[in-house]
Amino acid sequence: MADLEKTRVPAPAPLEWEYAPAPESRDVVRFQERYGLFVGGEQVEPLSGEWYSTIEPATEEHLAEVATAREEDIDLAVGSARDGFENGWSKLPGSERAKYIFRIARILLERSREFAVAESLNSGKPIRESRDVDVPIAAAHFFYYAGWADKLEYAFPNRRPQPLGVAGQIIPWNFPLLMLAWKIAPAIACGNTVVLKPSHTTPLTALLFADVCRQAGLPPGVVNIVTGDGRTGAAMVRHPGIDKIAFTGSTGVGKDIQRAVAGTGKRLTLELGGKAANIVFDDCALDQAVEGIINGIYFNQGEVCCAGSRLLVQESIYEQTLSKLKRRMSTLRVGDPLDKNTDVGAINSREQLERIEELVQSGRDEGAEIFQTECVLPDRGFWFAPTVFTNVAQSYRIAQEEIFGPVLSVLTFRTPEEAVEKANNTAYGLSAGVWTEKGSRILWMAERLRAGVVWGNTFNRFDPASPFGGYKESGFGREGGRHGLEAYLRFE
Amino acid sequence: MSSRLPVRKTYKLFIGGAFPRSESGRTFEAEGQNVARASRKDARDAVKAARGAFPKWSSATAYNRGQVLYRLAEMMEARSADLAATCSGQAEVEAAIDRVVWYAGWSDKLSQVLGGSNAVAGPYFNFTIPEPTGVVAIVAPDEPALLGLVSRIAPALAGGNAVVVVASETHPLAAIELAEAIATSDLPGGTLNILTGQRAELAPVLAAHMDVNAIDVTGAGEEGVELEVLAADNVKRVVHAGSGQSPWEISAFLELKTVWHPIGP
Repeated sequence: MADLEKTRVPAPAPLEWEYAPAPESRDVVRFQERYGLFVGGEQVEPLSGEWYSTIEPATEEHLAEVATAREEDIDLAVGSARDGFENGWSKLPGSERAKYIFRIARILLERSREFAVAESLNSGKPIRESRDVDVPIAAAHFFYYAGWADKLEYAFPNRRPQPLGVAGQIIPWNFPLLMLAWKIAPAIACGNTVVLKPSHTTPLTALLFADVCRQAGLPPGVVNIVTGDGRTGAAMVRHPGIDKIAFTGSTGVGKDIQRAVAGTGKRLTLELGGKAANIVFDDCALDQAVEGIINGIYFNQGEVCCAGSRLLVQESIYEQTLSKLKRRMSTLRVGDPLDKNTDVGAINSREQLERIEELVQSGRDEGAEIFQTECVLPDRGFWFAPTVFTNVAQSYRIAQEEIFGPVLSVLTFRTPEEAVEKANNTAYGLSAGVWTEKGSRILWMAERLRAGVVWGNTFNRFDPASPFGGYKESGFGREGGRHGLEAYLRFE
Repeated sequence: MSSRLPVRKTYKLFIGGAFPRSESGRTFEAEGQNVARASRKDARDAVKAARGAFPKWSSATAYNRGQVLYRLAEMMEARSADLAATCSGQAEVEAAIDRVVWYAGWSDKLSQVLGGSNAVAGPYFNFTIPEPTGVVAIVAPDEPALLGLVSRIAPALAGGNAVVVVASETHPLAAIELAEAIATSDLPGGTLNILTGQRAELAPVLAAHMDVNAIDVTGAGEEGVELEVLAADNVKRVVHAGSGQSPWEISAFLELKTVWHPIGP
C-alpha cells in the first residue's frame, strides 16, 4: 500500500515561483516602552514591582516591557471588577450594554490593520491569518454578543437570567486577540465584569485592547487586564472574589484548575487540548481535501487546539493523497510573519519549539517515517518546518499527544466504522473533519464522532454564531452562539 | 401449622441487568435487612457494564427511549405497594412515578429545546445538537429514598446516558426495589447499574475512574469536594442537582455537538 513511502520516491518538485518580499508595514503599530496593568480603566504600575520583556518570536527581539501581576495586583483588579459590577454595569439596561459592545466591535475593525500587525509581531503568526481571520472574527464576536445583551430573556425563556459577577478569564498565546474576544464579549454582554489574563508570551494585543475600551468609553472596572505568568493565573484561580473561571489552554493546566476550583462554588468552563482526526474518504474532491488537510494542520503553525493533527485517509487513495499533500506542502512559504506571502510563520516561543522537537524526536524513535519540506529557516527566532509522519501506529505519542505544532500524523482506514473507531481513540474530543461527496455520510460520521465540532468538507472554520467546545478531556462548556451565553449566567 | 412461611428476598446488587451478590461476599445491615455491600471491584464491573450498554441506549431512537422510560413508570405503578414499603409511603411513590413519566416525555424533545441551527457566514448548514455524555456516575441522596434517586437517574437516562448509581447508604432498599421494576421495563441490561454499600468506599472509585464521563455529587455531602478533585483526572463533568424537575437537569448530562455541513449545487 505505501509503496510510495517505502521507495521514498520524492514528491514532485516545488513550483519555481519567485516571490518578491511583500512585508506589511510595522509603522501602523507603536508599542509603548512599558505597559502597566489595566485596572479600573487606567494603566497602573504593578504593586509587585516586577516587569518582563515580551519579544517578537520571529526575531527574538524585544518589543515592550510588561508588568507581572502578583497576588496584591490580582486583589486590586478583582476589586476594580467588583466595583464595576456593583456600581453600574450589572444594573445598566441590556440595550445600553449592547451599545458599548457594538462600539468595541466597530473600533476593532477601524483599527484592524494595527491589531493584525501587532498580533503577528507578538505571536509569530502570518499577517495573512491575523488580518483575514483573527481580527475580523474577533470583531464579529463583539458584534454578535452585543446583540444578545438586551435579548437574554429570549435566549432563556422563563429562566430569568442573571449575571454571575466577576469572571476571571485566562487565555492562551495561539489566538491572543480572538480568544480575548471569545471570553470578554459574552461575559460583558451578560452583565458580568472581567479580569482577563493574556498569555505570558502574547500580552500586547490585549493591552492594545485596553485602549479600545478607553475609546469606547467603557465604564472603568468592566474590563481589567492583568499580565504575568502561570503564577499570576494561579492567583486568579484561587482568588475568593472571582465568581467564575474561564480557561483556554492545555489539558494539564485545566485539570489543575478543576482541582483548585473544587468545592469553592466557582463556576468553571474549560477549553483544552485536542488531537482531531481529519478523515478523508475515497469519494471526496481530493484537491479540495488536500487544501483542507493543509489548512487543518499548518494554519497558525499547527498551534491550534482543534488542529487536524491526525490524518485518517482511506487506504484506496493513500498514495495519491500523500503525493498531492507533499507537493502542496512544498509550496508553503515559511518565514517572516509580516510578509503577505507567508503561509507558515514562527513558533510562538522557545519553550513551545522545544516541545515540538521533543515530540517529533519521539515519532522518529518509535518508528514513524518523517517527511519535511525543504525550506530555509531564518537563523534567529523560533521555526519549525512543516512535517508529516507516515507509518504511524495509534499508540505512538505523535498519534496520542497534542503536539501544537506543524506536525501531521497519517493513519489509514478501510471502512467508515474503522474510521470512527480510530478517530475516537483518543482522550480528547474537540473537533473532527470529514471529507466526502456523500452528504449522508457526513451526517453518519458526525453522529458517531465524539467531538464537539465536526467539519464537513472544511476545517478550522469559526463563526461567532457557532458553539465551540470539547467532549471528554478537551474540556466542558461552549463558547459562541446562544449556548456560549450559558457560561456567564445564573438562573433564578 | 396452617400459616405459610414467606420466602424472603435477598437484597443484591444490580449490574449488567443481573442481580449479583457483591464479589467480596460482604453484606451490611440497613433498614433491618442484610444488603449487599459492593466492593471497588463491583464498582469497576458496573462501569464496564455501563460502557458496554452505552452504544445501544444512546443510539436508540429518542422515541424508543421515551417509550422504555414510560414502561418503567408502568412497572413502578404495578409495584407501588412494594415501593411504598421502602420509602416514606404512597405519596412519594406517586411523585416518583410521575417524575419518570415527565422525563420520559423529554427524550424526543431535547434537540428541539436545547439545540438549534446557527446562522454562520458561509455556505454551511450549521447546527448544534445535544448528545449524551456517556457513562455517568450518580451519588444518590440519602433521602427521599425513592424520589431522590429517581430525580437523578431519570434525567440522565432520558438524555441517553448509561448510569452507575451509588444508592442511599441509609435507605438502600428503595433502590433495590426499583431495580426490580427496571429489570422488567425493557431498559437494556447495563444501562442502569445500582450499587449498594458504603458511599465513602464506592464514590471515590467512580470519581477517579477514567471511563466515567460525568459524576453527579448531589448525594455526596461533604465528601463531594474530594470527589470533585478526583473527577479532574479525566476532566469529568461535575453535576449538582438543581431543583425539582427541569430539562436543565437533563442538559447537565449532555454534550453539545456542532456540525458544519456543506451546502453546494
